[in-house]
Amino acid sequence: MASIEIEKLEKSYGHVSVLHGVDLDIRDGEFIVLVGPSGCGKSTLLRMIAGLEGVSKGEIRIAGNRVNDLHPKDRDIAMVFQSYALYPHMSVAANMSYSLRLRKMAKEKIGAAVASAASKLGLEPLLERRPKALSGGQRQRVAMGRAIVRQPKAFLFDEPLSNLDARLREQMRAEIKKMHGDLKATSIYVTHDQIEAMTLADRIVAMHGGVVQQVGSPLELYDRPANLFVAGFIGSPGMNFLEATCSGGSVRLKDGSEIEARLHTSTPEGSSLTLGIRPEHVVITRDGSGRRATVELIEPTGFGIILHLSLHGIPFKVFTLDRQALAVTGEITVSFPPEYIHLFDGEGTRIG
Amino acid sequence: MKRSLLPIIAHRTAILFFIVFALFPLFWLLKVSVTPNDLLYSEGVRMWPSRTTFDHYTFVLRHSAFPTFFKNSLIVSASTAVVVTVCASLSGYALSRFSFRAKYWIVALMLLTQMFPLVMLVAPIFKILSPLGLTNSLTGLIIVYSAFNVPFATFLMQSFFDGIPKDLEEAAMIDGATKFTAFRQIILPLTLPGIAATLGFVFTAAWSELLFALMLINGNAAATFPVGLLTFVSKFSVDFGQMMAAGVLALIPAGLFFLLIQRYLVQGLTAGAVKG
Ligand SMILES: Nc1ncnc2c1ncn2[C@@H]1O[C@H](COP(=O)(O)OP(=O)(O)O)[C@@H](O)[C@H]1O
Ligand SMILES: [Mg+2]
Repeated sequence: MASIEIEKLEKSYGHVSVLHGVDLDIRDGEFIVLVGPSGCGKSTLLRMIAGLEGVSKGEIRIAGNRVNDLHPKDRDIAMVFQSYALYPHMSVAANMSYSLRLRKMAKEKIGAAVASAASKLGLEPLLERRPKALSGGQRQRVAMGRAIVRQPKAFLFDEPLSNLDARLREQMRAEIKKMHGDLKATSIYVTHDQIEAMTLADRIVAMHGGVVQQVGSPLELYDRPANLFVAGFIGSPGMNFLEATCSGGSVRLKDGSEIEARLHTSTPEGSSLTLGIRPEHVVITRDGSGRRATVELIEPTGFGIILHLSLHGIPFKVFTLDRQALAVTGEITVSFPPEYIHLFDGEGTRIG
Repeated sequence: MKRSLLPIIAHRTAILFFIVFALFPLFWLLKVSVTPNDLLYSEGVRMWPSRTTFDHYTFVLRHSAFPTFFKNSLIVSASTAVVVTVCASLSGYALSRFSFRAKYWIVALMLLTQMFPLVMLVAPIFKILSPLGLTNSLTGLIIVYSAFNVPFATFLMQSFFDGIPKDLEEAAMIDGATKFTAFRQIILPLTLPGIAATLGFVFTAAWSELLFALMLINGNAAATFPVGLLTFVSKFSVDFGQMMAAGVLALIPAGLFFLLIQRYLVQGLTAGAVKG
């Protein structure tokens, strides 16, 4: 196990710059999730840590040692690929023991390590099979087994669950979390799925366009998103955004109405703002107070209900657990509790 | 039922027709090789002679230089196949996996070499090989054949390497393999079908090559089998029976060779490598 430090890391392919100076300190035993939309450079960052991509600028340290120029085999890390990348000509047991055989470990020790990993993952009955005779979920397990069979300094996962169906994904997610609890191994997990990120991470690293947007615990990102991108990316259904301006120390919406919110006093008069509120924090008022909105669409999810509203022509979502909402039609009124209102300035940075 | 049967029958008939069409010359080869000389012209066109004989085979094996030709061809073809496949595996891998500065020009140059009519090259190659003592020698032939087959074989191998996911090597390197170990233990075993195809292709190409064998070799000692076949053509007649018998015998190693590699040709070894 080891800590990993990343300092001012940059990556470019020719003239195309993919990572623009990433700084990250990963503590020993921590479970870090890199999350962001497709193409934001998550895989590139992970592969640079693994040594599969060269470093254009900056530094990567594993356990305090600079590894920029170290071959992947000398970094002592394990990786689970999105495609699983099982060796098709080897049995499950041989797939799992390959790394140990390369290290010339004694036969009995290899057997014991494979048996222990196989029992953790329920792979014992499959050990003699070839990958092509396995289901997707079983292949995924073998890929995990290949990683945990040795005790590497860190585990890297590149979207390991994205090829599984929803139910299996949920199950493996829980198993990965449990395994991390047992092994306490430094792990970096890449995903574009914010639910995976929220449920698995000790700390989430939200990325966008090759730049780290925010690093923090799942609840920090949910409660106090640092900018518009993180606010919109974390949470489902996504946060509602309304355009507003700062006027006389308070926030004025496009329709001219004022709204109570905690605004930094330093915000210049007249500057444009974005107000954000999560669908689950909007309150449907029964006494007719608040803002009028037209109901456009009702989506029951079983657990709750998503109401698609139109607020002065702007699409707006409300999530509620109240089943009476299924019956609403026409106009309703909603209010925004001030403690749940997020404010972002013209650049998208959080100001309150 | 009737309606769905018709396309199947048509399909099978078409396949049957194709097989008969493709194999008929071979059948004729076999037929003539067992036809006694006195019946060859006297019986007209028949599917099978009224009397068969193995005299032609006996003669070819006992009294002609055919065993020498056969041995020479085997040496030349097998060596060429091995040399070309080793070179093409390495260069095909490089083209498939690495990006390097002159790659574009190297590929263009290799394509260019495939465009020359070989006849144009006979004289210059003879000029080059003769001071080196490589004319009239099997080594010379192996070198020439290898040089001609490497470009195409490289492209062939490259396409096989392209078909193997890069993830596999990367996984191997993370497991602790050097690039070369990953190539040897992971990629190469998965490329066996490609290697078999390349071996087979080069072997047959070298086995039936006539032009250079004819031009670079004189005399029976270093002659290969296609050149040897011509010895059955004399000034006044062609000994078809013996020629065909030699032809049938020449088919044997090629047949055996494909029997040996067909397991790899049809095997889809990469199945199950990645998600599926
Ligand atoms: N070998 C490469 N050459 C050029 N551009 C690349 C290469 N690999 C990745 N990229 C680019 O880098 C960006 C980030 O890719 P990636 O890290 O795979 O994104 P993610 O994993 O977040 O979806 C993408 O825009 C992609 O097009
Ligand atoms: Mg990716």
